[in-house]
Amino acid sequence: MASSLVSPSPIPSFIGNKKSLGSSAFPATSQIAIQKCKKQVSKKIVSVMAPQQSERKPATTGSVKTGMTMTEKILARASEKPQLTPGDNVWVNVDILMTHDVCGPGSIGIFKKEFGENAKVWDREKVVIIPDHYIFTSDERANRNVDILRDFCTEQNIKYFYDIKDLGNFKANPDYKGVCHVALAQEGHCRPGEVLLGTDSHTCTAGAFGQFATGIGNTDAGFVLGTGKLLLKVPPTLRFVMDGEMPPYLLAKDLILQIIGEISVAGATYKSMEFVGTTVESLNMEERMTLCNMVVEAGGKNGVVPADSTTFKYLEDKTSLPYEPVYSDAQASFLSEYRFDISKLEPLVAKPHSPDNRALARECKDVKIDRVYIGSCTGGKTEDFLAAAKLFLASGKKVKVPTFLVPATQKVWLDLYTLPVPGSGGKTMSQIFEEAGCDTPASPSCGACLGGPKDTYARMNEPKVCVSTTNRNFPGRMGHKEGQIYLASPYTAAASALTGYVTDPREFLQ
Amino acid sequence: MRLLMLCYACWVGESSRAEESENTSNREEKRGGNMEMWIKWGYKWEAGIELGMNLRAACLQLQTSLLNPQIRRRPTPRHYRPIKEHRFAYTRLKSYTLLMAASLIRTSYSSAFAFSSPKASVYSPSVSPPSIKVPAFSPFTVKPLSSTFAPHAVRAISLATHATLTPSSVPADTSTTTFHGLCYVVGDNIDTDQIIPAEYLTLVPSNPAEYEKLGSYALVGLPSSYATRFIEPNETKTKYSIVIGGANFGCGSSREHAPVALGAAGAKAVVAESYARIFFRNSVATGEVYPLESEVRICEECKTGDVVTIELGESRLINHTTGKEYKLKPIGDAGPVIDAGGIFAYARKTGMIPSESN
Repeated sequence: MASSLVSPSPIPSFIGNKKSLGSSAFPATSQIAIQKCKKQVSKKIVSVMAPQQSERKPATTGSVKTGMTMTEKILARASEKPQLTPGDNVWVNVDILMTHDVCGPGSIGIFKKEFGENAKVWDREKVVIIPDHYIFTSDERANRNVDILRDFCTEQNIKYFYDIKDLGNFKANPDYKGVCHVALAQEGHCRPGEVLLGTDSHTCTAGAFGQFATGIGNTDAGFVLGTGKLLLKVPPTLRFVMDGEMPPYLLAKDLILQIIGEISVAGATYKSMEFVGTTVESLNMEERMTLCNMVVEAGGKNGVVPADSTTFKYLEDKTSLPYEPVYSDAQASFLSEYRFDISKLEPLVAKPHSPDNRALARECKDVKIDRVYIGSCTGGKTEDFLAAAKLFLASGKKVKVPTFLVPATQKVWLDLYTLPVPGSGGKTMSQIFEEAGCDTPASPSCGACLGGPKDTYARMNEPKVCVSTTNRNFPGRMGHKEGQIYLASPYTAAASALTGYVTDPREFLQ
Repeated sequence: MRLLMLCYACWVGESSRAEESENTSNREEKRGGNMEMWIKWGYKWEAGIELGMNLRAACLQLQTSLLNPQIRRRPTPRHYRPIKEHRFAYTRLKSYTLLMAASLIRTSYSSAFAFSSPKASVYSPSVSPPSIKVPAFSPFTVKPLSSTFAPHAVRAISLATHATLTPSSVPADTSTTTFHGLCYVVGDNIDTDQIIPAEYLTLVPSNPAEYEKLGSYALVGLPSSYATRFIEPNETKTKYSIVIGGANFGCGSSREHAPVALGAAGAKAVVAESYARIFFRNSVATGEVYPLESEVRICEECKTGDVVTIELGESRLINHTTGKEYKLKPIGDAGPVIDAGGIFAYARKTGMIPSESN
C-alpha cells in the first residue's frame, strides 16, 4: 500500500533507513512521500520488499537515461532538461532567430505591440535579418518592407543585417547577401547542436549542420524577439538510412524527392527527419542542405544530418564561435526507419501539382516544356550550378527553351564568374552557361520560386510548363494558377533545357 | 422552474429594450421592415443566434401570460411574416426575443436571411450599433438567475459584447463557445499559396489597413475548378464563417499571412481532417481561426453553403442542412495556449514573461 503512493521510488526498503539516503539520488517528492509513509506505517520493519524495477522512470532518478535521438538531445540541452521524450512541450532557448522582408515587418509589429514601443530584442547578436524575397521589384510595399527592417535594425543596433539600398545594382551593396538560408550557412550562423528558428518554412535547411532548425510564424517570432525562448513540442524522429555509392547522375534533390514520394506530403508532419548512412556522409554541405531543405515538403518539423569532418571543415573559416555537436544514442528509439539503396535509384521529377507526385524522369520524356528555372535555396547554390554546368559541358549543345539562372546569394553569383569547372579547361560556369544559350545569371534573391510581385524576373505570368530546381509546385506557386511545375535536380533541369522535353540526365552524362 | 427563470430573463431583457424599440420600430416598419433593425440591435441573423439548447427549449415552452401585456398586444411586424407557417411564430410569439428563438428551429429561415446581408460572421466587429444603445444585459443585474444557467443567458443575451471582439482575441472560455454559419468546403493539401498567393505577402498583417486588404484576398489562389469563390468579386469579406477542409490543410509555407487572411476575411474556424504543423501553430498563436480536427472526412459529406454549428465544449459539428452530426477531436496540447488567449497570454500566465502592468 505504501509503495503505491509514489510509484517511481522503491519505498518499503528504505523506511527506517531514511538517513542513509543521499539526497541526490531521490527527488524531493519522494522524500515527502517517504515522510507520509512514515506516518502511516509503524517504524518497526516487518518485511522488506525488493525494489520495484518496472515503474521506475529513469528521468526521475537521474541515474539511468534512455537513449535520445539527435533532435531530442539538442532540445534537451536548449531547454536545460536532462531527458526529453517526444510529445513533451518545453521552453527552448533560441540561439539564432532569422527573419526576412516578407515576415520581418509583421514580426516586428507584434514585438512592439506586445513588449512595448521601446522594447529591446533579447540579444542583438542572435537576430539575423536577411532581406531576400521581393527585392528587385518596383513594388512599393515590397521596397517599404525592406525600409521597415532597416529602421528596426538601426534602432535595435542589430549586428547582422544584410541590407540592400541600391536595387538597380546588387553589387553596389556590400552587405547584401541573398537567399536567407544559403546566407545563414555561408556567414557561419549555422552551428552543430544549436537551435535556429526562422520565419520561413525552409529554415529546416540549416539542419544539415546537425542543429535543430525549423520555421515559425510572425507571432512566435515576435515572442522570440522579446524573450529568446519558444514553447516547442519535442518531435519523434523518422530515420532515413541511405547506403550505397552515389551514381554520377544523381543529386541530393533526387534523394529527397524519392523520400517525399515515399511518405507523401504529410508523412512527416510533426516529426523530425534524420538522414544517416554512407551516402549522406559522402555528400558535401550544400547537397546536405538540399536534402534538409525539402523536409518541410513532407510535413516535417526539422531535418538533421549528423555533423562530421565535412561539416567542421566547412565551418572552419566561417565561424569562430564554439559549438558542440550532438549525435543520436545507439539505443535511441525512432518512430520508423526507412532504408534506401541509392545505387538503384534513378533521376526523378515531381509532377504538378504536388511535391509527392513522384515520377521517373525518363517516364516523362514526352512532356514538352516551355522554360527551365535554376535557382532558389533548394537548387541555386554553387554546387547546383556546378552540376548544371557539368551537364552543359558534357553535351556541348545549346538549350532549346529559355533557361533562367538565379544564383541564391552574392557569393554564388561570384562563384559563377570565378570558379573554374573541373574538366572544362579553365572555363567558368558563366561562360559555359553563355555558350549553352542560357539567360544571364540574374540578381541573387528568391526570385520566381514563389512568384512574387508581377515584375519579378522569370515569374510565370502565363500558363506554361516549367522544369524547376525549386521546392514546391502547388497550383500558382510560380505565378500563374494553371502553370505546371516539374520539380527536378539541376542535372535533370539542364538536360530538359537541352531537349525541350523532360529528360533523364543520363542521356548526356554517360 | 429553471425554464421559467430563463424566460423571465428574456422578458427583462425585452422590456429594457422596449423603450428604445418603441421609437425605432415604427420607423423601421415604414422603411419596409427589413433586417437592419435586428442587426442594429446587435443580433446577427445571418449567422444565426448563439443560443444554447436550453434557452431555445425554454422559449418554446414559454407561457405568454408571463409577458408584459404591452408587448403581447403589439402586432407581429411585417418582416416576420415569412415564418408564419410556424405555429410558434404566429400564435404564441409576440416578442422579438422569442421570435428570434423560433427562427432557430427553422434554420432554413435564418439561412434565407443570410443572403440579405453579406457580412456573415458571428463576431464581425464592423457590425456594431453606432447610434442605438444596446443595453449591456448581464446576468448579474437580474437577481433571480442562478449560476447554473447563467452561462447560457450570457451567451444568448450579450451578443452586443461579442461585436466588440477584436480579430486577434480568442474566446477565453472555450467550453461554451459556438461557431455558427455557412461553411465553405475545400479539398486535400490546400497549401498556403492557395490560401494567400505570394504576391500579396507584401501586406504586413500587423498594419490594420493592410490586415483588411489581406483578408480580401483569402483563398483567391484556389484553382478555377472551385466555381463558388470564397469571397465574391468586389467584396472584401466572406459570407462563409467556417472552412471545412481535407487532409494536410495549410501545408507549405510558414507565412502567418495564411491564417490571418482567413480570419480577416471573416472565417472563424477551420475544420480539417488534419493540419500541416506550421499553419496549425500559427492559427493557435494568432487566434485568427480556430483549428479543429474532425474524426472523419467531413469535406466529403458537406457542401459549400451548408449551415453548420460547431459546439466547442461538446466537440461536435452539426450540419443543419443535411441534419448530420460529427464528432470533432479534442484540441490537445494547444488547449492551454488557446484558453489563455494565445502564446503571449499563456507566457504571462505561466510567468515566462512579465505581465503587461509591470
